[in-house]
Amino acid sequence: MTVVLDDVDIERTLQEKIAEVAASGGQVEIVGSGSKRFYGESLEAMPLDVSAHCGIIDYDPAELVITLRAGCKLAQVETLLAERRQMFGFEPPRFGEGATIGGMVATGLAGPRRAFAGSIRDFVLGVKLLDGRGQVLQFGGRVIKNVAGFDVSRLMVGALGTLGIILEVSIRVVPQPETEVTLAYEHVSVDEHIRWVNCLGSEPYPISASLWHDGRSLLRLSGSEQGVREASAQLGGEEIEWDWSEANEQRLDFFGRSEPLSRVSLPPTTPDLFPGKSQLIEWGGAQRWLFGEADIGAVRDEVAGAGGSVCAFRHHAPDVPRFHPLAPAMLTLQRNIKASFDPVGIFNPGKLYAGL
Amino acid sequence: MSELRRQQLAVRFREFLPEDNVIDQRTSLATYECDGLSAYREQPLLVLLPEDTAQVRQVMRLCRELRLPVVGRGAGTSLSGGALPHADGVVLSLAKMNRILEVDELARTAVVEPGVRNLAISEAVVAKGLYYAPDPSSQIACSIGGNVAENAGGVHCLKYGLTLHNILALKVVGADGEMFEIDQRSLHTDGYDLMPLLIGSEGMLGIVVEVTVKLLPIPRCARVVMGVFDSVEKAGDSVAAIIAEGIIPAGIEMMDNPAIRAAEDFVHANYPIEAEAILICELDGTEQEVSAQIERVERVLRAGGAIETRLAKDEAERLLFWSGRKAAFPAVGRISPDYYCIDGTIPRKSLAAVLAEVRRLSEQYGLPVANVFHAGDGNLHPLILYDANIEGELERTEELGSKILKLCIHHGGTITGEHGVGIEKLGEMCVQFSDAERNQFHALRECFDPLKILNPGKAIPTLARCAEHNAMHVRGGELPFPELERF
Ligand SMILES: Cc1cc2nc3c(=O)[nH]c(=O)nc-3n(C[C@H](O)[C@H](O)[C@H](O)COP(=O)(O)OP(=O)(O)OC[C@H]3O[C@@H](n4cnc5c(N)ncnc54)[C@H](O)[C@@H]3O)c2cc1C
Repeated sequence: MTVVLDDVDIERTLQEKIAEVAASGGQVEIVGSGSKRFYGESLEAMPLDVSAHCGIIDYDPAELVITLRAGCKLAQVETLLAERRQMFGFEPPRFGEGATIGGMVATGLAGPRRAFAGSIRDFVLGVKLLDGRGQVLQFGGRVIKNVAGFDVSRLMVGALGTLGIILEVSIRVVPQPETEVTLAYEHVSVDEHIRWVNCLGSEPYPISASLWHDGRSLLRLSGSEQGVREASAQLGGEEIEWDWSEANEQRLDFFGRSEPLSRVSLPPTTPDLFPGKSQLIEWGGAQRWLFGEADIGAVRDEVAGAGGSVCAFRHHAPDVPRFHPLAPAMLTLQRNIKASFDPVGIFNPGKLYAGL
Repeated sequence: MSELRRQQLAVRFREFLPEDNVIDQRTSLATYECDGLSAYREQPLLVLLPEDTAQVRQVMRLCRELRLPVVGRGAGTSLSGGALPHADGVVLSLAKMNRILEVDELARTAVVEPGVRNLAISEAVVAKGLYYAPDPSSQIACSIGGNVAENAGGVHCLKYGLTLHNILALKVVGADGEMFEIDQRSLHTDGYDLMPLLIGSEGMLGIVVEVTVKLLPIPRCARVVMGVFDSVEKAGDSVAAIIAEGIIPAGIEMMDNPAIRAAEDFVHANYPIEAEAILICELDGTEQEVSAQIERVERVLRAGGAIETRLAKDEAERLLFWSGRKAAFPAVGRISPDYYCIDGTIPRKSLAAVLAEVRRLSEQYGLPVANVFHAGDGNLHPLILYDANIEGELERTEELGSKILKLCIHHGGTITGEHGVGIEKLGEMCVQFSDAERNQFHALRECFDPLKILNPGKAIPTLARCAEHNAMHVRGGELPFPELERF
């Protein structure tokens, strides 16, 4: 029953293609399966399909590291890891069966485990990159500790392909927990949930996810049989069957509306900024989904004042900037960084911000 | 550099720094002439000790105006010469910025100044049941700013991560004297994630002036089991076997016979001095969870050929087991006039092959090597014993060290797991990275510091230097793995 991934190396072809585009002054939109194409600003550049570049370069479960070509299908890789009782610690959403590893890394989107286990960035160990000069560069490596040179590989996470084409990536993997349970609690308000879930954090409970919606808090415990049993006995609550991928893949009814959906990121203990509004709260309070705020500018100001930021995630008007505006000096710095990888601006132009 | 220029500069800095915070006397400057890599020494023009961010900004502005190189300095424990002064520049010491500004118990965060010692953070929050996880062996002395600059690790980083994984926000004064912030308390980043660029940047992208760290609840229970082996290979394979069981120990460390003997002589930790290798494995969690896991680990160790397993019976014995490992460096320091610590990382599966080759090289060079090893994450610390008073021995030691690092690259590893490149491993950087990759590093640096005044000459070698380095090695008849897989 072992999954077999295709083994196709199109590095050369991509390299030639980029050299050609660079010479002709063109621009490309890097596309895997398109599952997360909605994320970020829309583009008017020639689509460049990189999904054919796939295959496992190296996977030795005892090393806790997998090295993959970026076109690998996330679903297949997760099945492969599961066969060895391992997984990605950041629980990436797929948003489509075709989702690729490259898209996962480039968007940096992570799931319920994020607040408790770490982000994609935390697990990336190395990348092989095709830059805007058509050069193939390698940064980081396949070992867990590595401080040789600036940590460029992790810079690729969340850069939305604007710095180059990710050809290969090495990612640290973790063992699957022996067991998991989900516990439910009645918590009327957002503030009640936020206080409660953060107080729990001061005890070493094996919490791997939290969620609040509509008067109810959910908590997932993951770990050894023993540890989870002890913790759930102490924590009380009602044990329920719950599929966390429903929230992660945004299939819950809450996400079903076609009004503007904003992702509000805040320091987790920030009190409720939108009392009475329909919200879904994850990550111990750090990630709050909010529907129906068309005037995102006002929301952004308020959230920024609390140390957070707002992403116009779905269904916002086309003229609304997707990502929270950067301060002018920071934008200049980031434009310079972009130019250092992609001097003539070939890759995903403007996907993050103007000039990035 | 004339004394006159030194005095003129001191006057300029004293326009905004207190008199005593500008060190300009040769005798006092001597304290700062090296860091933990004491084979390299240099006297700076001045040492400056700002007391707050505003003063750091003024220092940076003046340095920019005068094009003066600036070397940041925390506690000076770097083992790669990262804090080695620049002869024509100033040392910017963060030692006086050592306040813990805020502890937020609910959010489990602490906001601290860069000069705060690593251990002081945990000490300040222990009463609340919290601690700061990364625990470099130098944690009594080293500063959090230095940890950020080096992305320091510790014995617990397999489970709890490196410095990078435990920092939520940074305030940084850039080369232009302006401050910027990277705030990820919301677990999100807008635009590029600059945190991993800054962490481990060895003081070349900015001066860290404030750090927000993550605090973790202290595990309820921690227990240690020691596996005793008659071969290094069996010990190495047992580490892989524990991980294959799905167990991530809080820490798992290995020592070879010379290291065991040195440590035992020094701290009397009751180590088996006949053993070829020991593994020290710590598990943490709840009482019952740990008991269950300890049993499994003991089983794996025995199945892996351990001639004996020893379980620390109480907290005192747990600390005793660790004491030998934690004191391994000074222990080796006692048996040899000098030692040189190497910091390569390899995939764990290459352990036996690499250690065998290290042993061969050690014999070839006639220099004993003791090995301590962060076994869980593949980070080797061979300690080469030498005597700097013997003509040419330091040079031969460095050559041996360099060979060991190239061996690590050859096995798919890296030249530094946690100590940084500094001044020490510039040559090996030429082997690990291509011209294009190093050019990218230089370009990134120029985005932050176009005048290149921050810690110049460290971490990223120039193309010219690499041309020379690589040519020399090819001439020596030893092509440095031309087609090696560096990934
Ligand atoms: C006995 C011993 C054991 C050690 N064990 C470990 C270990 O287990 N793990 C490990 O990772 N390291 C270890 N080290 C190495 C060293 O302690 C770490 O690298 C530590 O992080 C350095 O901190 P420091 O405050 O001493 O920095 P320094 O040595 O003063 O400086 C180190 C570098 O950081 C820069 N820097 C310092 N402060 C700032 C700042 N505020 N802003 C910008 N740049 C700055 C300096 O310019 C320099 O490049 C050990 C060292 C010794 C001597």
